[in-house]
Amino acid sequence: MFTRYTAALAAVLFVSAAPFAQAADKPTDPQIAHIAYTAGVLDIEAAKQAIKTSKNKEVVAFAKDMERDHEAVNKQALDLVKKLKVKPEDNATSQALTKAAEEERAKLAKLKGAAFDKAYIENEVAYHKQVNGALETLLIPAASNAELKSLLETGLKIFQGHEQHAEHVAGMLK
Amino acid sequence: MKAGVLIHLPWLAALALMTAPAAAATIEVTIDKLVFSPATVEAKVGDTVEWVNKDVVAHTATVKGGWEVMIPPKKSASLTLKAAGAIDYFCRFHPNMRGHMNVAP
Repeated sequence: MFTRYTAALAAVLFVSAAPFAQAADKPTDPQIAHIAYTAGVLDIEAAKQAIKTSKNKEVVAFAKDMERDHEAVNKQALDLVKKLKVKPEDNATSQALTKAAEEERAKLAKLKGAAFDKAYIENEVAYHKQVNGALETLLIPAASNAELKSLLETGLKIFQGHEQHAEHVAGMLK
Repeated sequence: MKAGVLIHLPWLAALALMTAPAAAATIEVTIDKLVFSPATVEAKVGDTVEWVNKDVVAHTATVKGGWEVMIPPKKSASLTLKAAGAIDYFCRFHPNMRGHMNVAP
């Protein structure tokens, strides 16, 4: 189940990232802002589901950390696009991320207890890994505005921290 | 006995006043973009470490199996060092953040 989702998200990112591989099709700043913001919103939604469903103290604490951090980063992103007068632009990558997250949420909604905790945390590891990979190889190199690039770079460090934090919690659940 | 204690108390108080402020230092560690800086701090027992968080997210300075200091976004938090030793600490929310302290007796 987990492997299938990871493969699906990898495919999603690959499919949407593939056109960007050509210089002419690099995502624009409005698209990058939209992708980064969407990725944050999706993790906040996942966190809310976990806070509501999980009875595990560590899992709930982790989910609250995700909610708090992603809200803080997204607020900063909104402030920046406002300042830069950039209008985030919906795009295929944002849509693919949203669709994959909806599917994951539906899958998690059927689980309870330890099975939910394990699936949520494993997905958090996989999701952060995928988004961090996209930030590193695609979004940051493509960003043209220096302030947007800098925000994405700081975001990447925060999300790499989340990936390690999720791995730590996953290790505790075993 | 009792008289002895009474006689010594003012002396002790005077001694504490003379030595404490001069000996204890406050060492500032800045947190900016998920980096503790300086990454390594040289301190001694009784010194206070003050973390200044410039990030928009909360961090911690956590010693595995030991103390933890919570540093809210855009705020500071401090800790007075009580034991000597070489200390590795990290942020529990973002374990990719690491710092080190050498605390002399």
